[in-house]
Amino acid sequence: MIWRIEIFNKEGVFDVQGDGVMRSVVDLGIHSVHKVEVTQVYSIEGELDHNAVTKICKELLTDPITQDFKFTVQKDFLPTVNLEELRVIEIAYNPGVMDPVEYSVIKGIRDLGLGEASGVKTAKEYKIFGHITDGQADTLVNKVLANKIIQHQVDHAQIRSDHFATMGNAEHEVISVDLIDAKDKALMKLSKDGQLFLNIEEMKTIQAYFKKLGRNPTDCELETTAQTWSEHCFHKTFRGNIEFEYKEKGKTKKRLIKNLLKSTIVKATQELDKKWCVSVFHDNAGVIEFDKESNVCFKVETHNHPSALEPFGGANTGIGGVIRDILGTGLGAKPICSTDVFCFAPPDTDWKDVPAGTLHPKRVMKGVVSGVRDYGNKMGIPTINGAIIFDPLYIGNPLVYCGNVGIMPKNKVFKKVNKGDCIVVAGGRTGRDGIHGATFSSGELTTDSEVVSSGAVQIGDPIQEKKVLDAMLIARDRGLYSAVTDCGAGGLSSAVGEMGQTLGAWVDLDKVPLKYQGLNYDEIWISESQERMVFSVPEKNVDEMLKVFASENVEATVIGYFTGKKKLELYYRGSQVCDIDMEFLHEGNPRITKKAKWTAPKLKAKKLPAKIDLNEKLLEVMGHYNICSKEWVIRQYDHEVQGGSIIKPLIGKNCDGPSDASVITPKLGSKKGIAISNGINARYGMIDPYWMAGNCIDEAVRQIVAVGGAIDRIAILDNFCWGNPDKPDRLGSLVRAAEGCYKFAVGYGVPFISGKDSLYNEYAQNKKTTAIPGTLLISAIGIVDDVSKTVTMNFKKPGSLIYVVGETRDEMGGAVYLDTCGDMGVNVPQVDPKAAIKTFKALNQATAKGLVNAMHDCSDGGLAVTLAEMAFAGNLGVTARIDKVVYKGKEKRDDVVMFSETPSRLVVEVSPEKQKKFEAELKGVKYSVIGRVENSPEFVIYGFKQNVVVNLFIQDLCEAWKQPLRW
Amino acid sequence: MEKNVKVLVLRTAGTNCDGETANAFAHFGATVERVHIKRLRNREVLLKDYHILAIPGGFTYGDDIESGRILANELRIHLGDDLAQFINDKKLIVGICNGFQILVKAGILPGNLDKGQAAAAAGFKQTVTLTNNDSGKFEDRWSYLKVSGESVWTKNLPKVVYFPVAHAEGKFVPSDNAVLEALKHNQQVAFTYCSSEGNAPVYPEAPNGSIEHIAGITDVTGRILGLMPHPERHFYFENSPGWNGQTKKGLLGDGAQVFKNGIEYIKGNLL
Repeated sequence: MIWRIEIFNKEGVFDVQGDGVMRSVVDLGIHSVHKVEVTQVYSIEGELDHNAVTKICKELLTDPITQDFKFTVQKDFLPTVNLEELRVIEIAYNPGVMDPVEYSVIKGIRDLGLGEASGVKTAKEYKIFGHITDGQADTLVNKVLANKIIQHQVDHAQIRSDHFATMGNAEHEVISVDLIDAKDKALMKLSKDGQLFLNIEEMKTIQAYFKKLGRNPTDCELETTAQTWSEHCFHKTFRGNIEFEYKEKGKTKKRLIKNLLKSTIVKATQELDKKWCVSVFHDNAGVIEFDKESNVCFKVETHNHPSALEPFGGANTGIGGVIRDILGTGLGAKPICSTDVFCFAPPDTDWKDVPAGTLHPKRVMKGVVSGVRDYGNKMGIPTINGAIIFDPLYIGNPLVYCGNVGIMPKNKVFKKVNKGDCIVVAGGRTGRDGIHGATFSSGELTTDSEVVSSGAVQIGDPIQEKKVLDAMLIARDRGLYSAVTDCGAGGLSSAVGEMGQTLGAWVDLDKVPLKYQGLNYDEIWISESQERMVFSVPEKNVDEMLKVFASENVEATVIGYFTGKKKLELYYRGSQVCDIDMEFLHEGNPRITKKAKWTAPKLKAKKLPAKIDLNEKLLEVMGHYNICSKEWVIRQYDHEVQGGSIIKPLIGKNCDGPSDASVITPKLGSKKGIAISNGINARYGMIDPYWMAGNCIDEAVRQIVAVGGAIDRIAILDNFCWGNPDKPDRLGSLVRAAEGCYKFAVGYGVPFISGKDSLYNEYAQNKKTTAIPGTLLISAIGIVDDVSKTVTMNFKKPGSLIYVVGETRDEMGGAVYLDTCGDMGVNVPQVDPKAAIKTFKALNQATAKGLVNAMHDCSDGGLAVTLAEMAFAGNLGVTARIDKVVYKGKEKRDDVVMFSETPSRLVVEVSPEKQKKFEAELKGVKYSVIGRVENSPEFVIYGFKQNVVVNLFIQDLCEAWKQPLRW
Repeated sequence: MEKNVKVLVLRTAGTNCDGETANAFAHFGATVERVHIKRLRNREVLLKDYHILAIPGGFTYGDDIESGRILANELRIHLGDDLAQFINDKKLIVGICNGFQILVKAGILPGNLDKGQAAAAAGFKQTVTLTNNDSGKFEDRWSYLKVSGESVWTKNLPKVVYFPVAHAEGKFVPSDNAVLEALKHNQQVAFTYCSSEGNAPVYPEAPNGSIEHIAGITDVTGRILGLMPHPERHFYFENSPGWNGQTKKGLLGDGAQVFKNGIEYIKGNLL
């Protein structure tokens, strides 16, 4: 029997959820609705009588102070009839979508001593008060209440059954694919229909392999190969050959790049050869030394395509995935913080500019932020900083970068799978989630993506992952397993395939615990169900291993072993469904040569008007989406859990100043810390990706220097999000960025320790494709010896001197200021590593000696924005003089000095009595005193002509900065 | 019994502030164990072997249904007798954030409102709740708190302390006015949100819309404390958002005294 239970607020209790929906209704432009009420619906199936259900309602499902309930047998339920002024809409999850609440309710009923409920479903019922048309109701369902990829509107007329529908139990049959005799056209059809995303060369290579074996592949073998060879898992572009065409001194030149990754990113690290780099590029995350006992590891992943289709689930599982990367680094690290960076189209984009099949950017942003909040907060991992940049070009393809840092004992860095070790899968069960995720992210998004690839999107279960974390750290410390890896894209296929690469693996797919019956063997193998880890466990430890996981209520199961036969052998219901050589799988793919071409864009700078009101302009720049306060986002993340927070994302007198790098102490009671920062600026890349790379590295490093982190203990990560690399112009710009990465990583002495690329970020509509601007994210981690010596960016003392350290040049290309004038500019900021290092080292010394009161980096928006932020964060005023700034530029324009985005500059507050000592540290560095911190709310800047060009109150600057994203 | 203060930090699926809470007690010399509820329910570990029960923050069982509900039921139904004994033995309990939500939903806080009786005497019945913030979202921010009441946990605290809150369901609501009046009359209100000067707060100083700005309460004896803000997150001086530029008075921050009080009470009364 199914019971339907409704939980609703008592009279007079404020309906927070209803209020939230109400705001979104207004956002849609529907003004006839005056109230929304939300009712939580539970449907519970089981042998439960009226008394039992009453008890469940009273003691489990209802808060006696604020809520009330009613219930009925489902088949007697009479849905509320829609009236002129009231519409009732019920939204539930689609079958097969994971809903963690189901398990919690079943557990709660068991705890009450009422036996087992056989199933639970949840839904939300929205009562919309006020007249809306059918069309508006549909809009409301599609744009606010439900995402059809995971949810649907409940049609009560259809539910009359006494039982929940279950997935059918398919007849088992091994399917072989007609491949060996297929012609080219048929091969490509197979690739396309099967969502394999393999090209003709690759299909032919597979064909040749099976011809040699004298048989056709099974569907499972073909899918396993496609997954292993996918761009997502194999990084074909970065590891393949590239024919690069470019111009040098007016001449067209060509050069062959063999393995872009090795010839740029990896090469920089090899040349720098830092002793404290413990494990780079070959594991899930890069590992560096932290202190005598421990190492830290850092990884940043992307989850762009899933986030485009289902922002909450996409970001949710993106975070879950990168956390598992950290869990699977070495023998497992404990996650200590997250950093997340997003790129969206502006949230005020007009509805008519939102292409069919995509979601409005505001909805994408809200969903992504909720997804991160949900997973990060529930896992108890602080999200300590991040960045959000906005550009209309991200409309069809937002970017979601998720980063995570872990800490691990020094003797747990390396893993080795041994012959005979058992394969243990632990964590969540396997379902039909995320089938084809790995291959799906290796193609472009289209209007059909939301239909065709909907299986690729899932919702995470952070509590499940937290349990896995708790259990595996116990098992790690007892030395129970010899290797571990995460189940991410490609599922078991990827995880077991990777672990068994040299030895070979034998797996009985019947043993894999399933969420529901009815999965085919190939689905079990490539499913991307979340929250699973795969361990290699010596046979003698298996019992204890399973016991440890059971003690934390985590399911762990032996599904096979590592054979030493160098083959991948899979069995299902007694028959073999896969038998391929590991060597073919991992080394057999054809090395593809792609064409790349870099041509500098033809840009022309507009002439700036002679007279500009700089008061107005500064307020406008402060309120630019790329500069304005992200407080609405930051506060929703728990950035202090684990208790080690030292420099928070928002700091200062009123906790509203944007800090540079964030600093935490992973070991409570120790002064040793880590600093985390990000450098990103896609607009520079639209002018020249090479200099974008330089600026991103400079920004990431500069932010760590700004808090007092030592420049010689910084490691960085690269993360390339680009368009379709099969198009030469896209790939050309990628090559140019990668070459910048090499040049400037070496120049700054900061090694890459890990990285990631996400290509095919394009959106196709009516045969026209829009690529995202090539977007490089550089994330940095610095080791801080004594966190009590770090500094924050808020001005501290009236009367202090304000220094600008570093030279200012006329580098307005890509600047936010020009964007507010509707221009891109030409002079993209250029970095000079030698001068930068000199500046950074001098400031490191000054900070360590306690000579610095406050320090803030100059980045987007330039010097004026930096000064304004330091002022309102410290609740203090400023007097500053433009003519005092060390400026190298032809034209003496106030606005150029105020808003140029020249890198490697920092603004520093120094007490007058420390002036001499501070300046002694700056020998050989370009700097000047440009003004003073004032004990007043006034923010005054004098121009070249000694006239007042800015005269504002800090409160107004702060308000202009906070207002745009105060949702 | 050993001459050492023994603290049990309770954990289950989704607990996530157990590390820093354990660290706070251990800093003052206590022997701290982080114990999974499963081991208490299986009686592998007995509550009576400890002096202090700390229920830390987190998202037990994902806050599914509502925050704290599922673990509250487990405690009430499966460990109710042990808890009543623990309380009657004059031992200490503290619940922080999710721990406070659990204590409230299990009816352990505010407990019996008659000063003459032991806290657990009337059985556990929920009389107040912690529900959705008025802002409708999870918020992590620092709050000034006015300290009041007569709890062992709040001794020697300054009049106003500065702790962070990080929750989505922290709005304190009593079932009726009589409960609220009794709480005030019994000196059971331990912390209220306030402005930096200790005056009446406005949002976001009052982060969640709590009735009478209540942030933390005790039972009638003052030995059971629950609060939404996180004292363990202002354990060290450098944890506060404004530390840089302030004169350092010592290694520790505002929150440390709470844990020290717990340890000293046990040393003075039960060892």
